[in-house]
Amino acid sequence: MTSAVKVRKVGTDKPPTRASKFLQNRWAGLAGLLIALLAPFVNASPYALSVMTSAAVFVMLAAGLNIVVGYCGLLDLGYVAFFAVGAYTSGVLATRFDLPLPVTVPFVIVVTVIAGIVIGAPTLRLRSDYLAIVTLGFGEIIRITANNLDVTGGPSGIYGIPHLTESPVVFYYLTVVVVSLAVVGAARLGRSRLGRAWRFVREDEDAAEAMGVNTYRVKLAAYIAGAVWGGLAGVLFAAHLSAISPTSFTFLQSALVLMAVVLGGMGSIPGVVVGAVVISLLPEILRDLADYRFFLFGVLLIVVMLLRPQGLWPARSREVS
Amino acid sequence: MSLLNVSDLRLSFGGLLAIDGLTFSVEEAEIVSVIGPNGAGKTSAFNCVTGFYRPTSGRITLRGRDLPGLRPSAIAGLGIARTFQNLRLFGELSVLDNVRAGTHLWLRQNVFDALLHTPRYRRSERECTEQAHHWLDFVGLRGDRYGAARNLPYGEQRRTEIARALARRPDLLLLDEPAAGLNHGEKAEMLDLIRRIQGLGVAIVLIEHDMGLVMEVSERVVVLNFGKEIADGRPEDVRRDPAVIEAYLGSDAHA
Amino acid sequence: MTQLVWNGLFVGSFYALVALGYSMVYGIIKLLNFAHGDLYMLGAFAGFAILGAVGGVSASMALPVLLMVLVATMLLTGLAGVALERIAYRPLRGAPRLSLLITAVGASFALEYGMRAAAGADPRVYPVRLGGTSLEVLGARLTLQQLVLVGVAVALMVGLNTLITRTREGRAMRAIALDPRTSSLMGVDVNAVISRTFFLGSALAGAAGVMAGAYYGKIDFLMGFLIGLKAFTAAVIGGIGNIPGTMLGGLLLGLLESFGTFWLGGEWRDVFAFGVLILFLTVRPTGLLGERVTERV
Repeated sequence: MTSAVKVRKVGTDKPPTRASKFLQNRWAGLAGLLIALLAPFVNASPYALSVMTSAAVFVMLAAGLNIVVGYCGLLDLGYVAFFAVGAYTSGVLATRFDLPLPVTVPFVIVVTVIAGIVIGAPTLRLRSDYLAIVTLGFGEIIRITANNLDVTGGPSGIYGIPHLTESPVVFYYLTVVVVSLAVVGAARLGRSRLGRAWRFVREDEDAAEAMGVNTYRVKLAAYIAGAVWGGLAGVLFAAHLSAISPTSFTFLQSALVLMAVVLGGMGSIPGVVVGAVVISLLPEILRDLADYRFFLFGVLLIVVMLLRPQGLWPARSREVS
Repeated sequence: MSLLNVSDLRLSFGGLLAIDGLTFSVEEAEIVSVIGPNGAGKTSAFNCVTGFYRPTSGRITLRGRDLPGLRPSAIAGLGIARTFQNLRLFGELSVLDNVRAGTHLWLRQNVFDALLHTPRYRRSERECTEQAHHWLDFVGLRGDRYGAARNLPYGEQRRTEIARALARRPDLLLLDEPAAGLNHGEKAEMLDLIRRIQGLGVAIVLIEHDMGLVMEVSERVVVLNFGKEIADGRPEDVRRDPAVIEAYLGSDAHA
Repeated sequence: MTQLVWNGLFVGSFYALVALGYSMVYGIIKLLNFAHGDLYMLGAFAGFAILGAVGGVSASMALPVLLMVLVATMLLTGLAGVALERIAYRPLRGAPRLSLLITAVGASFALEYGMRAAAGADPRVYPVRLGGTSLEVLGARLTLQQLVLVGVAVALMVGLNTLITRTREGRAMRAIALDPRTSSLMGVDVNAVISRTFFLGSALAGAAGVMAGAYYGKIDFLMGFLIGLKAFTAAVIGGIGNIPGTMLGGLLLGLLESFGTFWLGGEWRDVFAFGVLILFLTVRPTGLLGERVTERV
């Protein structure tokens, strides 16, 4: 015991200082928020606002998927399903039952939690790669179902979803606030007891079990959290466009969100946010490359996995050399 | 009542009997070693006790409570912690986070505490970190606590794994070859560490090949060979047991 | 009724062909080759390109020419599969499974949208189309061409099965599937065998692609997506990694879909198929013929 105390004083092991932690999380976050808040002063055309709002919604999706893929290490290839479930639940309630959008939020949460359990409960017992394909199948099931049912408006979808506010600027700021809360919330979950358990599962399921982590329940929790984040992003999406249809919820969408998470850095909140902004704004900047865009994304995914699997802005625990 | 009771444990993989009728018990704060040649079924027995394997037949009880059929995490919750033969640290996570895993079952915070950063959250996080440091001090870790666990030297990783198990605050600790791959000095430290763990009131079951360590530290030794139990007794008796000498110590008695 | 059975078996033989590649690769390196369905697409386009190069084909010569194109395409897609493994998967063999899966998704994307960039987004019409003479067997209408396609599929599958169960090469594959490390110690060239596995699996997918192109007449760059999913479903039903099981799974899925379409309507066909997938994974994840695997700690 005495020797141990002595050892600690030698201390080559400085804890990360408050300042460095601050730099990693809070400053980066505040800077990002500032950019988001100031952007409309640079360009407030309806088109620009619409693009920026979409980007913010996309950030929320990425933050949600990051819980599942980045923290917990489960590959979800049908994440857009929860986005769709949220958007449709909200849209149907708003148009057929004339509920104001904010009132639909509790329903959306309940429905997405149920969706998360329905798809997660049977599959999370399986090997992780099975989960990837099952989620993909689930994503298709949701999209095709929306396409076939009358209540969801079939192929033409739902339109006339009431706007939350008439002003696009106000709606943009509202979105930024909600998305910021969602990002902070995801980050806080990641730093909690549950968030650590997610990482333990990602690193070594057996060792986690041996430490008393019920890996099945922890994975289900990640899945449900991801589902709720996706569903709430769906509400924003429905409110933003006021019209939704099955074509918005294809595998391509799921794959794009996954790319944002992977390119940015799995498990790293700043990385994922930057990744999402880049992926969603890139087509606006590189119009000419439209035909090659997805091809490049695919190649980029391979290259990143081969050369820099931790992503462009890695999570801190992986950063140590 | 004994702390741990294993009676007539059998485990078969397909047709192969890995464990064939193992019976032993562990009292509170006792050190029991399980020895035997490679492939004798020692680690399989650990896996049965901790719930990673489901025994084919036999009983395992912890303070009278049946264990088989429970998830490993539930068994951990009843007060058993373990280490693994070939180190199972969370390699990419920091050393400190690894040990924090041990506190998982003790922390009282829920999702809303985490989202809102309630005082309860702050308190439990502080406690968690303090605990992690405490156990790293206890095992005498010298290396960087904030770096990734996989970057530690081998001996330090062994210590970290034990610290992680101790942070679980178990009543029974299963150590699977803790001294494997350690040099002479590190072995002496390991011996000291095992004694200090016992001093905390923790019972220890030890799988170990180093006979010096086993004879020095154990109060009782169980010997397995080809899944069968061939001896169970005090170290000095086991050492003289002809069946043991024949089956295990045989040619080179003090390997 | 017999019509439904025949339709199911016909579609099922396509599923089985594609599923085999999935299953072989999974059996040997435990990787879900997500891009496998896209090799099917690649096969369809390769066949399209070769036919275009050959020029006009008279109706009487359609079948022999198609068979030659089939062989050439199988060679091409087989090599593409080998290249895919070499570039994208081999460097990551020791990496976490998540990295490999993501790479596979990336490869799938690159193939799909690479083809879109090369051949355009609109569907292409196959220059040769099989159709025509139909005959009635037990009340089911089937065409000669369907029979030929099923015949080719069965021949390919029988050939593969013989290869795997009877030859040295097949033994090496099975050995690696059981234990790659020991196999390599025993002198099996693991990399070479994995390459050949990819070659075979991809060649079969390519063959299915050409056949689908010739039968349905239209191909597009996303055609592999759905069949990739279906093939995986078929593999899971039969027992992934198990060759006869996978063939059975393919046929079974075809039948299930055929009847499912009849009962629920065509728009629910895919939902039905994926529902079956999830049901199987829940109730019997090892599939019909798969063995139980105990994972060791």
